[in-house]
Amino acid sequence: MTSPLVEIRGLEKRFDLSGGLLEQITFKGGRFQRKQEAVHAINGVDLQVRKGEALCVVGESGCGKSTVARTVMGLLSPSAGEVHYDGQRIDNLKGRDVLPYRRKMQMIFQNPYASLNPRMTIQQTLEEPIRFHQPDIARSEVQAKVQEVMASVGIDPDWGSRFGHEFSGGQRQRIAIARALAVDPEFIVADEPISALDVSIQAQVLNLLMEAQETRNLTYLFITHDLAVVEHFGTRVAVMYLGRVCELADTKTLFAEPRHPYTQALLSAIPKLEDDRPNYIRLQGEVPTPVNLPSGCVFHGRCPYANERCRKEIPKLIATDGGAQVACHAVEEGRL
Amino acid sequence: MTTATLSRWNRFRESFLWYSFKRDKVAIASFIVLLLMVFAAVFAPLFAPTNPYDLAQIDIMNSELPPVGMPGADAAFPLGTDAQGRDMLSTILYGTRVSLLIGFGAVVLQAALGILFGLLAGYLGGRVDSILMRIADVQLSFSTLMVAIIVGAVFKASFGNLMFGEIAIYMLIFIIGVAEWPQIARTVRASVLAEKKKEYVDAAKVMGYRTNRIMFRHILPNTLSPIFVIATVQIANAIISEAALSFLGLGMPETQPSLGSLIKSGFDYIQSGSWWITLIPGLVLVVLVLVINLLGDWLRDVMNPRLYKG
Repeated sequence: MTSPLVEIRGLEKRFDLSGGLLEQITFKGGRFQRKQEAVHAINGVDLQVRKGEALCVVGESGCGKSTVARTVMGLLSPSAGEVHYDGQRIDNLKGRDVLPYRRKMQMIFQNPYASLNPRMTIQQTLEEPIRFHQPDIARSEVQAKVQEVMASVGIDPDWGSRFGHEFSGGQRQRIAIARALAVDPEFIVADEPISALDVSIQAQVLNLLMEAQETRNLTYLFITHDLAVVEHFGTRVAVMYLGRVCELADTKTLFAEPRHPYTQALLSAIPKLEDDRPNYIRLQGEVPTPVNLPSGCVFHGRCPYANERCRKEIPKLIATDGGAQVACHAVEEGRL
Repeated sequence: MTTATLSRWNRFRESFLWYSFKRDKVAIASFIVLLLMVFAAVFAPLFAPTNPYDLAQIDIMNSELPPVGMPGADAAFPLGTDAQGRDMLSTILYGTRVSLLIGFGAVVLQAALGILFGLLAGYLGGRVDSILMRIADVQLSFSTLMVAIIVGAVFKASFGNLMFGEIAIYMLIFIIGVAEWPQIARTVRASVLAEKKKEYVDAAKVMGYRTNRIMFRHILPNTLSPIFVIATVQIANAIISEAALSFLGLGMPETQPSLGSLIKSGFDYIQSGSWWITLIPGLVLVVLVLVINLLGDWLRDVMNPRLYKG
């Protein structure tokens, strides 16, 4: 097994809801009380991204996928836990120390309509990162690099003097990818990069990402909720539910033999052409609020196999004989 | 370089701004009037028949001559003369220049302070935001004129009339500029709060750019349209404030009159029949402020993001 390029250990992120001190104090039943509330977006996530792979993170809205991506990139600072890059802890770095990692790690965003600065031309958008990270290279070299990345994402280099709003959604996303590639990164976090695009464009952008992975030896952390994309794109898959990873496996293994009850339900929901009477697993109830997390396994309230232990003890990711890592007491005990 | 400027000009020709300007008769008329007034004021030494600052050209015997068309008028003074025998046309041209200079200068100062504090408050948030915005609130709770009167009176008392006359123009720019910065700071802060949530700011952070660079190079250009609108209106406000201060005797001295001090100097003679000394500069002031405000209204309609998204 190759050593991990990016390692996330025990990551937690809480967003405070209760505001300032004065807003926290309430008067109830004749006495003052201080009440603090927080959204628990991530509750202890451990992930390893291996060099050269595309690790897909899937899960429904609000399960913390994007928060994981933003915390890895340092846009959010974790409430607890660590992020390591190539063996070096990076979540606590400050100022100039971060800069080398900013070149090695880049991010592609979900909304191509907001991710390009509306007042900058494409040329300026692509030039700025190169000049910022390599201040002493010559003008002609910057120009050559910009031309090269534009050509590599399929944007005509002559369009550099245009502004972002003059392009279509797919073209903008290509430009956003070009911006990430301009600094020659090793690792790219893609936060639902194709979900805002037209279906006909999605495949093109996806192929572009795969092509870039091959030619530039990239490693991806790919956030998505589209299972078809995962099957096409991912080397390994991590399934998240309510801020925790519930199953982590090779793409083939996961799709062939999902172990965790939530993964089984998720995969059974994929529409298929052949059956007109889908036989998907119906989960009871709704996703609990991340403000008051359920005790024990976060899935126990909706799980048909839950027992007393599931209600009390938080399951850990445990390797199974099939090669998958599953966080489920029922799987561990052989009940499932 | 020429192709770049050409394409910028073409882009402007195709823009919504130019399109709506061509169709708005009020805006065109206001713009032409403003342009004429600014032109006449800036090149006042070329157009003015006499130099009102030059005491050698003034003859006290010519004082209080009425405008042309009235009995006793002198053709050399088309708009009449004031109590000291200065040609009203020349004095008004020079006065408009002083008023415009103070108006623009004060707004440049306001914009510099307002943009800096607004950007810091909006982008950094938290404690910086609370402190800066509370200072702005405190400042807004005093009326501009009251602050200006107190500061102006203290300065005038401590420097003496002569010295005050020399620095009056900088003083007025300073007082009006500092008193009104919260208007711009609040506007900037509001648009920064909206802009900083967009993904291009996240992309800039991921690139590792410093806070200063993100604030001034990435966010500021996207908040310029509301600043532009409010600055236009603020120029008119600053000119009015200056006129009010001058009328109260705390503004420009009589030797370098602005429109406000001209109105004031004629006010003593209005009962004795010399109405033109007050009325004509007053009209010029009203027209100047009116066209700036009309242009500001038009700009606000055009740049309102709810009506039109750029």
